[in-house]
Amino acid sequence: MTAVISHWSQENQSAAKSILDRYPEKRSALMPLLYVASLEHEYASDDAMREVASLTGISAAQVLSVASFYTMFKAVPVGRYLISVCTSVVCYLNNADEVLEAVEGTTGVDSGGITHDGAISVERVECIGACGGAPAVQVNYETVEGLTREKAEALVNWLRDAKPPVVLADEMQQLFGGQRSFDWGPMDPDGAVRPIPAFGPYGSVEEGR
Amino acid sequence: MTDKILTVRMDAYPADSQTLSRYLDTGGYEALTKALDQMSPEEIIEEVKASNMRGRGGAGFPMGVKWGFLAPAEPRYLVVNCDESEPGTFNDRQLAERDPHQLLEGIAISSYALGVHHAFIYVRGEYAKAARRIQNAIDEATEAGYLGKDIRDSDFSLEVTVHLGGGAYICGEETALLNSLEGRRGEPRLKPPFPAVEGLYAQPTIVNNVESISNVPWITMHGGAAYAAIGPERSAGTKMMSISGHINKPGNYEIVMGMTWRDLIFDVGGGIPDGKSLKAWIPGGASAPWFVPDVHLDTIVSIDDVAANGSMIGAGAVVTMDETTNVVAVAHRIVRFFAHESCGQCTPCREGTSWMEAVLERILQGGGRTEDIDLLLDISDNISPGLAWPPAMTTICPLGPSAVSPVTSITRWFRPELEAMIAGSEVAVG
Repeated sequence: MTAVISHWSQENQSAAKSILDRYPEKRSALMPLLYVASLEHEYASDDAMREVASLTGISAAQVLSVASFYTMFKAVPVGRYLISVCTSVVCYLNNADEVLEAVEGTTGVDSGGITHDGAISVERVECIGACGGAPAVQVNYETVEGLTREKAEALVNWLRDAKPPVVLADEMQQLFGGQRSFDWGPMDPDGAVRPIPAFGPYGSVEEGR
Repeated sequence: MTDKILTVRMDAYPADSQTLSRYLDTGGYEALTKALDQMSPEEIIEEVKASNMRGRGGAGFPMGVKWGFLAPAEPRYLVVNCDESEPGTFNDRQLAERDPHQLLEGIAISSYALGVHHAFIYVRGEYAKAARRIQNAIDEATEAGYLGKDIRDSDFSLEVTVHLGGGAYICGEETALLNSLEGRRGEPRLKPPFPAVEGLYAQPTIVNNVESISNVPWITMHGGAAYAAIGPERSAGTKMMSISGHINKPGNYEIVMGMTWRDLIFDVGGGIPDGKSLKAWIPGGASAPWFVPDVHLDTIVSIDDVAANGSMIGAGAVVTMDETTNVVAVAHRIVRFFAHESCGQCTPCREGTSWMEAVLERILQGGGRTEDIDLLLDISDNISPGLAWPPAMTTICPLGPSAVSPVTSITRWFRPELEAMIAGSEVAVG
């Protein structure tokens, strides 16, 4: 039973190893490993799931049954930027449908789709815990609050044109945000380079400018 | 009298309240030192019992009583629920991002009291920033000897692991959360056995919410009696309220319960924007039956007063709707949420939530039928017989009955509006 997948990048191999060390039982590492495997394979592809199966000692079908339960493990390729538009009740009350329209209109893809160049994916999501700053969206799971139709269009254009190497919540909030759920406190230097939650131990976090 | 416990530091030091140095400067980890040096685990459990704090995750179960159920087998686990996903709630996010050491100190003291040596924090996947802030704090605290091996030269050791979820509301239900943490689908378990007896890896496990655990340092420092003295007897302590919707000052507010809803919405929340009037509000997140101004403005904001009026404070999410709100559309949004988040195990919830979503959608789109109101109530009654709150259940967990709340709320308080929409539909259709 090997603890690593030899063709993964060194960074992802060591992330996988440290994840497996974090839990009393190997299977608990399944979801974190799915994130790492998604980094390696662009999304939670069949190969990614097979590799997670070999790391955790369960079958690929068992991994699929778990991966398919959760919305954040993607069974299809995802763009470099994943725009998740909340249209749950509080965002709805604050005109989230206009934000979704703006994002879909500016990217030219409907919820669940990806742009022709593969750069941007769009999805309509349920509550992201940003109700005090509704309507809100996330880009690669980094939150922007207090959007409008115009600001959402500008956000999409900025992602397309400026192609930020690291998606930083504070930067997006400064450029395109409005009302916030609460005082965010100091700037967070870390952000997401991929449509995977930027959480250090899972290997996807990057410091921005 | 103390009126704030959890938000004092972040309000006073917005620039660095999340850091270890600021935490230590402001009395941080003194409660942990006190616990380890001067108190037995039993004494801490007694103080938490004496605090009368009721769990802040939604169910309102007394935290000390829950702790008392923990079975003696080893190892035992503490799992902190930071899967905050109820539409309308965003207060655990603030506590985790802005004062993660307060949470960690609570975890360390609670773990010492419960005989736990490995604690987990289950953070919803979309809260990547909160997970980063907590992990940074764990690293700082471990480096400084407040977590890890032989904490503060005691023989108590504790490892804390942050676990990121995958985007599933249901994992906020404690047994679904445990399944998810074990690397399984987030499906709630049948109870009994309760987690305190057979939880994570079938070992004794306490699952507490972020806000609940964040109160433990204060209770340890000042005593359970001091906490119990804050606010109404059966709603002791402070409560984080997330206020959003149509409101002038949306945000999180740490309040002492016992004020009226009028005070909370109009004074604390600043009232309804643009001089509009209040049409309805949800007192405790999307799961909760709605309140209306004619009946409930002078009801007291407390766990028991809200329960006596057929709803719940839940995790403290208040969602206000102004006079222009299409309440049928709001109900549809909430039902759609639950249909999306249903885990699919129980037929009444799996079939019922999406069926109700379809019926509400056709009403909204102008295709409503006269019998649709009875149909909605019939489906509701099959998910939650009797349509009361707290709900009777035909399902393993309360997600299904939560989807019934917006339906019974609009049929109870806004039936003429619903009927008119359906009548208009029938005219329009034919």
